[in-house]
Amino acid sequence: MSPVTTRSSRSLDWPTLLLYLVLVGLGWVAVYAASYSPDAPAHPLSTLPFGELMAFNWFKQLIWIGTAVVLIGILLVVDYKAYDTFAYVLYGVMIVLLLITLVVARPIAGSRSWLEFGPVRLQPAEFAKFTTALAASRFMAGINLRNQNWRDQAVLAGITLLPVALILASNETGQALVFGALLLAYFREGMSPLILLLLAAGGIILLLALLVPKLWLLGGFTVILLAAFALNAKLWRHHLILSISVWVAVVGMVFAVDFFFNNVLHPYQRQRIEMLIDPGKDPLGKGWNVTQSKIALGSGGWLGKGFLNGTQTKFDFVPEQSTDFIFCTVGEEWGWAGCLVVIALYLTLLGRILFVAERQKSVFGRTYGYCVASILFVHFAVNLGMTMGLAPVVGIPLPFFSYGGSSLWSFTILLFSLLALDAHRKQDLLR
Amino acid sequence: MPDSGIAALYWGVTLSMQYLEGRRYVVLAIFTLVGLLFAGRLFYLQVLDDSYKVAADRNTLQRQVQVPYRGQIYDRHDSLLVTNTPVYDLMVVPREVKHLDSTKFCRLMQMPIEDLRLGLKAAKVYSRVKPSPLVQNLSTPEMAAIQDNLIDFPGFRTQARMARAYRTQNLAHALGYVGSITPKLLEAPKYAHYAPGENVGISGLESFYEPVLMGRRGVQYRLVNVRGIDKGAFRGGEFDTLSQAGQDLHLSIDASLQAYGEKLLAGRRGSIVALDPKTGEILCFVSAPHYEPQMLTGKGMGNRYMDLLRNPDRPLFDRPLMATYPPGSVFKLVNELVAMQLGVVGPNTGFECNQKLVHCTHRHEYPANVSIAIKNSCNPYFYQVMRAAVLRGQSPNRFEDARLGLGQWQKMVKTFGLGERLGVDMGHEKRGLIPSPEFYDKLRGYHHWNYKTVYSLSIGQGEIGITGLQMANVLATIANRGYYYAPHFVRGIGATGQPLPQYRERHYTAVDTTLFKYLIPGMQAVVDGRGGTGSFASLAQYGISVAGKTGTVQNAHGPDHSTFAAFAPANDPKIAIVVFIENAGFGGTFAAPAAGLMIEKYLRGKVAPGRQRWENWVEYGVAPTHH
Repeated sequence: MSPVTTRSSRSLDWPTLLLYLVLVGLGWVAVYAASYSPDAPAHPLSTLPFGELMAFNWFKQLIWIGTAVVLIGILLVVDYKAYDTFAYVLYGVMIVLLLITLVVARPIAGSRSWLEFGPVRLQPAEFAKFTTALAASRFMAGINLRNQNWRDQAVLAGITLLPVALILASNETGQALVFGALLLAYFREGMSPLILLLLAAGGIILLLALLVPKLWLLGGFTVILLAAFALNAKLWRHHLILSISVWVAVVGMVFAVDFFFNNVLHPYQRQRIEMLIDPGKDPLGKGWNVTQSKIALGSGGWLGKGFLNGTQTKFDFVPEQSTDFIFCTVGEEWGWAGCLVVIALYLTLLGRILFVAERQKSVFGRTYGYCVASILFVHFAVNLGMTMGLAPVVGIPLPFFSYGGSSLWSFTILLFSLLALDAHRKQDLLR
Repeated sequence: MPDSGIAALYWGVTLSMQYLEGRRYVVLAIFTLVGLLFAGRLFYLQVLDDSYKVAADRNTLQRQVQVPYRGQIYDRHDSLLVTNTPVYDLMVVPREVKHLDSTKFCRLMQMPIEDLRLGLKAAKVYSRVKPSPLVQNLSTPEMAAIQDNLIDFPGFRTQARMARAYRTQNLAHALGYVGSITPKLLEAPKYAHYAPGENVGISGLESFYEPVLMGRRGVQYRLVNVRGIDKGAFRGGEFDTLSQAGQDLHLSIDASLQAYGEKLLAGRRGSIVALDPKTGEILCFVSAPHYEPQMLTGKGMGNRYMDLLRNPDRPLFDRPLMATYPPGSVFKLVNELVAMQLGVVGPNTGFECNQKLVHCTHRHEYPANVSIAIKNSCNPYFYQVMRAAVLRGQSPNRFEDARLGLGQWQKMVKTFGLGERLGVDMGHEKRGLIPSPEFYDKLRGYHHWNYKTVYSLSIGQGEIGITGLQMANVLATIANRGYYYAPHFVRGIGATGQPLPQYRERHYTAVDTTLFKYLIPGMQAVVDGRGGTGSFASLAQYGISVAGKTGTVQNAHGPDHSTFAAFAPANDPKIAIVVFIENAGFGGTFAAPAAGLMIEKYLRGKVAPGRQRWENWVEYGVAPTHH
């Protein structure tokens, strides 16, 4: 190959590549177990004709992994400067693609987000994360967030929110939610931590507003404020206006949540949140996913039931078991020990990406690295949280594990475009 | 506290505002915290909380019970009485039902369209993919009539299972019946291992010998997927067991004698119980009116059961075991034995037929000994026998004397298996009543009664209740000259060929075995003596000596009950029998000839053609006894 490849492969971040390969490998084993059927025990060495093998998710996943390897080769060969240069172009193309999807896609499982090319289906929203991250990083390189320039901030918000709006329009709430991950990257580049804090506080109040009756919540909050005031009147007198405005904000928010929950959310979205709060309310209906997912995980025990011995997943009790609920197979067949290994692998990968991001010499590279880490993290957190009943059931895949070409490709592109940048960081310095 | 907390927050915010490089640790901390949160949550779900493992097994493990072949029932000559036959349920799988022409379907099935609608609705509620029964208990011909046409109705199929089938029209009361287990039975610990909808013996021998007849269920643990579809054996069938067929029962009942007895009493109310005194085996067990056992099986069983239940003649009532009547004059035999045991009378004791004491049925010779008294069933004689037994001067107080005497009398009478359950292999046996002194204390007040109060007992009337089976057992005891085996229906269980152990145990009464022989000549004279009260039972023409005793039971419900108790041959008894016919008058009139015919049938295997007039007499001699 060309000398460029040689150079880039020599300076490729091998720990990240290794973690990627281990995760993809384990993921494939989990997909194999989840789609394994004792009635038709086909395996990679069986001599079934290609057509019949294509009926199995694990076989298709094998093909997806193969194409992902080719994709990695391409990503590493492409001139690293292209990511920077074509960031806005790619972003624009993606916006157009999302618009087209919105028009031409036929509804699949309640959302119009899939483009179909014969037997192959792609979800543009998966790739929108990548292009949005690129565009945001490119923009970030030219501004300083700490300067509190309102125009810059508005443009950044616009870059982020445009694809979010389009994806929301196609009814893919989960995918839209993932864009919140970019806030972590912006935070690293100087966004006020107050935004994160307010969002966190807002999230807590939102949860409380759903769980606790309104009057109790407001009463309790007022009592806490008054108690704090009574404890140290002097300190609080200085912040009287602040305290009152916080109180007003909370009251307003509680009522807003109520309004939002009852009047704005789609019934299915409301159900997902209701089921998160109390899946036992309707275990055979709307709470089925969460209930069965917890049963599958919970029946795993310390060390699990062993490879291919998971009854809950094998007998289809868990829905979407090779895609969104793939972690149930991990939990059931490999037990707590296996889950711990997988979680540790993810945390190690995320830490390594942060390390790689920090050693970038350009703001673009660093921001992009943070974007990659954050996007992977949000997928990891929401997906696992969903299987354990800690997050509402939104259809987002577990990176590298879940069956499906779109997600594997998009995560591969995310990760290896960063590694490509990283491999050339010294050249960037020389530039 | 609020101070330092707010301060820390403030400085944290400030620092991360100023030194962006430090923010990487904030991000890293968020990642790590979420990872730890997940590890903890999973530890709780997977390790600490066991309920998910139970739920997982409940999801996938299905216990499939294989019901074994129920044991068959044979009579004493090994002719098959009860067996099993396949019946068919029409099942429906709602999801597979397509383009159902309900009019055509209902015409084929001969069912109202409303039943079909309700049945389909119930099936859908149960499961869309699993079969539910739509019509149950179709016989093989009924099934054959529809099976070929079912191909036009996707989603409907027949499913075979075993049900009871009867090769006899008789013995329904003893056999009992089999039906789906009731919710009430399911609660009993005895039936804890039964599942709703399973068959169980509801009454009679089917119920008493349920564990024997049932056999052992086979259990297979199958894995099922989310749609309940079978996915193979659990752990390769490690925990599965094979079913074991139920054991057969060999009854002591003589099927042809039983059929004959039921025929004799058809159209009457009453009972016939015949025992083999040598073993306590029940040869015949007639409860009239009877019904056919097949009425309580198959399609429409519920309706037929309700019809039987509403019948004013109470055909479901098991009279030999549950109807307790005063025994009438037959009981004089017991009183005589008790008095002889007490030494107050002997075989040659004579009492005058003093009608001032109690009315006597007819004029007869002076009862100079017990034989003459028995032959004539002399009421005053036995009045005095019992008075001698009760009033023995044990206390100067005449009330106390009667009290003490009756107490001893009651204890001795009870050793004949009266006033207690005999322990027949049937669940619903009644005790009957042999009144104690306490009984009269309660009824009349302490020391407010004496022999004059209870004298009816001396002739088997008054506050005394005995079942047909108990009376037959008394006759068997006399036939054996002093002992009995508890009556039982089953002489051989399964391959062992043995009855239950309690039926091989001899029971002696409180009366010496040497005293019984004194009754026999009198009882023979009842049948074959000149002017004997039971001469209609005579089989002297065949050289068979029948020893018997008539009874005429006064009662508040109309004409007297007619009863006759006997055993034969007198010297080597092979059968002891009691015939009890409600409201048929004098014991010698109908009960005695019926007993004679039964004994003839059993001992000679047939009833001579010349004696058919007796059959007609017993069967049609009086107008049917409807109220």
